[in-house]
Amino acid sequence: MISKSAIGIITLVLGAMLFCGAVSAAESGLPEHSADRLLIGTTTSLDATKLLDLLTEKFETENNVDVQWVAVGTGQALEYGRNCDVDIVMVHDRVAEDAFIDGGYGLDRRIFGYNYFLLVGPESDPAQVSGLNATAAFAAIDTIGADDETVIFVSRGDNSGTHSREKLLWKNGGYDYAAINISPWYREAGAGMGQTLTMAEELQAYTLSDSSTWGAYESDLTLVPLVENDDAFLNIYAVIRINPDTCQDVNTEMAKKWENFMISPEVQDIIATYGIEEKGTAYFNPALGNEEFIGVTIDETTDPVV
Amino acid sequence: MNDLLTGIETAFLLIQTADPEVIDITIRTLQITFSSVLISVMVAIPLGAAISFREFRGKKTAISIIQTLYALPTVVVGLLCFMLLSRSGPLGDLGWMFTPNGMIFGQTILIIPIMTGLTISALQAIDPIITDTIRSLGASRFQFLKSHLREARFAIMAAIIVGFSRAISEVGTAIMIGGNIKGHTRVLTTAISLQTSMGNFNLSLALGIILLVIALIINLFMGFVQNR
Repeated sequence: MISKSAIGIITLVLGAMLFCGAVSAAESGLPEHSADRLLIGTTTSLDATKLLDLLTEKFETENNVDVQWVAVGTGQALEYGRNCDVDIVMVHDRVAEDAFIDGGYGLDRRIFGYNYFLLVGPESDPAQVSGLNATAAFAAIDTIGADDETVIFVSRGDNSGTHSREKLLWKNGGYDYAAINISPWYREAGAGMGQTLTMAEELQAYTLSDSSTWGAYESDLTLVPLVENDDAFLNIYAVIRINPDTCQDVNTEMAKKWENFMISPEVQDIIATYGIEEKGTAYFNPALGNEEFIGVTIDETTDPVV
Repeated sequence: MNDLLTGIETAFLLIQTADPEVIDITIRTLQITFSSVLISVMVAIPLGAAISFREFRGKKTAISIIQTLYALPTVVVGLLCFMLLSRSGPLGDLGWMFTPNGMIFGQTILIIPIMTGLTISALQAIDPIITDTIRSLGASRFQFLKSHLREARFAIMAAIIVGFSRAISEVGTAIMIGGNIKGHTRVLTTAISLQTSMGNFNLSLALGIILLVIALIINLFMGFVQNR
């Protein structure tokens, strides 16, 4: 019979082995912030569409590096950048980006793509927003929502690029966001786009979504697009590398390579076609060639990062 | 009920086909949890014994604080560790943010209070007559400790099981420190959270079942050791 202490020792040894396994896995899995790992702080839309999976796979075969990312809202990604916890950010909120760069945290912003926001909601459309423009639609939700309990709007509520655009739209309509926020029909989710869409589906509610995440989720949802074409719905994606002066350990070499990778004609082409095979339309639109349309300079889409 | 059955079915399918992502997540979960339990045991049991056997001012307060920390929310531990481990924080140079090491750090901090407190309870439940007997037999410091741990082994094993359970089941710390990065810091609980938020309920359920099965196996093994 195996004695109790023998079993105790065996357990201890097994535990130690697993522990060593964990340590060596963590180490060979690549030391943090060495030339071997590039950590991207990015938005949920780039993650949900699996575009990042595709691009990082390509980048990794061409460069000796392990690309990882944390998909959170734009606000949180920029915060990670400020704290030096990521090497580079990929976000979509021009105002926040400007503040970030002016604060000295980021360098070399390059625009690599764009998509659109859209207002989705239940087929029944109790607030009757279908066919209206963005501002009118938001106004309708507020007006009709005041009396109709079935009108619900789910907000990202997480300082993401989408959330920022939503707040801007309320502002454009002359609303005070603080007042909107406490309206009975307003639900602040504090979640990523996918989760917010899932919530909106459950509540049969309206929500502002980016077209790419919507494209990834729509076949599983009963929600329908209700308001789509509006100038205020243009959504531009940028990549910004973290300033090595504020963050000593940032992987600058790989960050620069990633930026040049994103604006390269080859990757722009991938972005232009990603999703066509699967869905019929591309998830994103390339920035290259569309500078005038989206209101950025040629430098921002083509200037190589050195 | 239908969803539950489909979930069980999906779980079996994932195990049967040895789905590589699920295996990756499961192994990582075990590595991280076992590591935190191992480190915690090395800290909590001696600490618990030290507090239990000594008389010092504030002993009751110390025990009270430890027991209050049982209820430490995992997100609070996650937040504290986040502030410590962030590059801009005091332990930033370790570079543990968004890595398994950081997650082990967080989980260890999470379960040390509960293991320490339960060790103290275990030792204090020993009949004082036994303590007197051991002392009067002239036991050395080491023999004293060893015999008391042996005497309370049942309850101390329970402390370890509780610590393990808390570690393997928590989400807050794992998600905040680890970031749920696929292939690197994703564990069973964070994967369940992600799949649920994406609406993939079958997959979530399947992962949940796998987690419970693992916990069951480990507990059976530990119970076996406990009962010898």
